[in-house]
This record gives sequence, C-alpha cells and structure tokens, in this order.
Amino acid sequence: MDNTLTELWVYLAREPLLHLTLTLLAYLCGVKIHQWSGQSALANPVVIAIALLVGLLVITETPYPRYFEGAQFIHFLLGPATVALAVPLYQHFSRIRSQLLPITAGLLAGSLTAIVSATGLVWLLNGSRETLVSMAPKSATTPVAMGIAEQLGGLPALTAVLVIMTGIIGAVTGPLLLRWLRIDDEATRGLALGVASHGIGTARAFQSSDLAGAFSGLGMGLNALLTALLVPLIVQLI
Amino acid sequence: MLESLALLLVCQMVGELLVQFIAWPIPGPVVGMTVLFLLLAIRRGVPEHLRQTCLTLLSHLSLLFVPAGVGVVVYFEAIAQEWGIILVALVVSTVATIAVTAFTMNRLARWLDKRHG
Repeated sequence: MDNTLTELWVYLAREPLLHLTLTLLAYLCGVKIHQWSGQSALANPVVIAIALLVGLLVITETPYPRYFEGAQFIHFLLGPATVALAVPLYQHFSRIRSQLLPITAGLLAGSLTAIVSATGLVWLLNGSRETLVSMAPKSATTPVAMGIAEQLGGLPALTAVLVIMTGIIGAVTGPLLLRWLRIDDEATRGLALGVASHGIGTARAFQSSDLAGAFSGLGMGLNALLTALLVPLIVQLI
Repeated sequence: MLESLALLLVCQMVGELLVQFIAWPIPGPVVGMTVLFLLLAIRRGVPEHLRQTCLTLLSHLSLLFVPAGVGVVVYFEAIAQEWGIILVALVVSTVATIAVTAFTMNRLARWLDKRHG
C-alpha cells in the first residue's frame, strides 16, 4: 500500500467511527442481498453482516475489542429496544389475555424441550461437562444465559456464543420449519421463535408482522425467567 | 422522539436498579420492559410519539445483534474443540424447541376453541 494511504488507514482504524460505519454498511449489504434473494430465510441479513465483518477483521488483523469500541454504540441500543417491546406487548394484550392457557403450555413445553434436548445431546455425544452446562441456558436471552452458566460452573463467554448461534439458527430455520408444519397463526409463530431463539428470533418475527413480534417478545421475556428457574434443577439431575 | 428515548432509558435504568435488589439473574432491560408496560397500563394507551420511536427501534432490531455476533471470532477456539457436538446439539435442539412450542400452543388453542364451540 502507498504510504499516505497506510497512514490514513492507521488513523481511521483508531477511531470508533470506522467500525460503527462498517457495521451499518455490512448490515445494509445483508438487507440488500436478502431482498435480491426474494426474501429467502437462508439469506439472513444478520448472518451476512456478521460473515462480512468477521472476514474483514481477520484480513485486517483487527482485534475484536478494537472493533467493539466502534460497534458498542449499536450494541448499546439493545437495552432501550428491549424496553420498547412493552409497546407491541401492550397493544396486543387483549389477544394475549384470551390465549393465556395455550401460551403458558407452549412456553412450558418449549422451555423444557430447549434445555433437556440441548444438555441431553451433549451428554449422549460425550461432550465435556463444561460444554453441557454452558449449553443448557442457550435459548434464553444473553445476559440471563451468561448469569446462569456462571452460577453453575459453565463458561459464560462460550454461553454467549452459543446463545447467538441459537438465535441465528432459529431465525434461519424457524420460518421454513413453521411453514412446513403448516402453522400459519402469526401469534403462535411469534411465540415459538421467541421461546427458541430469544431476541434474534424476535427480530425475525417483527419482519413478518407486528403481532408475531409482540408474541415473540413475550416468549423471549417469559422464557428468560423460566430458564433461570429450570436450568439449575435440570443440570443437577445429569 | 427525544421524550420517548428519555422514557425508554429511564425505564431501563429503573429496571437495572431493581435488579440490584433481587437475587434472580434477570436482565435490567427485561424488568424495564415490565415497568414501561405497567406505565402504559396505568395510562391506558400508548402516546403516538412513543409508538413511532419504539416501532422504528424494533424494525431494526436485527442490526443490534451484529456487534455481539461478530464476537464469535474471539471464542472460536472454545467452540473449535467440540464443534461437531455443539453444532448438532444446537441445530437439533433449536428446531425441536420451535416445533414443540408451536405445536403445543396450536393444538391447545384449537382444542379450547372446539370446547367453547
């Protein structure tokens, strides 16, 4: 590279502005590709953006903490966005109240399935105890899942990665799976995405409708509470 | 817009503070969501400016997960040792959870509908 160009790059790479901008551009790229693909569930904007950015960080040998200095401004908005879920929840509250029993049953069955199948599979495949414990709370939202893993002797950092991967897997396979199962009720689709794949599932649900998003947010919130309750009990049994 | 953002942040802060006093690992923003919900229930309605801000924020919710997702790079080695087991467990468990949740809710709702005729 030309000397002045290198200097320019070194200057830019120190500023949070660069990685903030790159994160936005990578996401917009993901959205465009998603639209070109005819809104295919497999061309998920989050997956595309993460792949582009990871590639870029590897090529430019940028350590993650430096990247995060810029990206943290986007990351920070997760808090207020979670609070904002109260609005669709409130607007669809009459629907939620009328379906209290099916919601509770779906939530209980889903939460148990998530914990038992994940820990059971790791156990069956002879995975380490550490992986098993870190895997148990994977369907809960990140801060809850990390807290549980830490409390039970798992690796919170590994849990964070597993939670994100769970979210992405749910957001990519969920809509296809639900269509295949012929579940066309938006509320049911939303709840299932929220219980299985927390915020990333909820983000996906909002793309199909406001109602699905509200139920997904509900599923995410309730499953966070239930997972914190159930995981310690289930892990003790294994 | 500014009012709504301030309200969201205040709710989050109240949530974070409340979490300090309870021994359950619930994230502050989830408690903040409950606080805002209660406020809306007391007020009996959503102000238009708040509705606009929240919808804007939520329509770009996916973007907000990108920075954390990139963090996968850092812990790649932790996964690399048992990546096969992890991948199988994650995919099977997530697919099963979606199917079981949707199926249970769907069937029970239909059964209740029939019973009430």
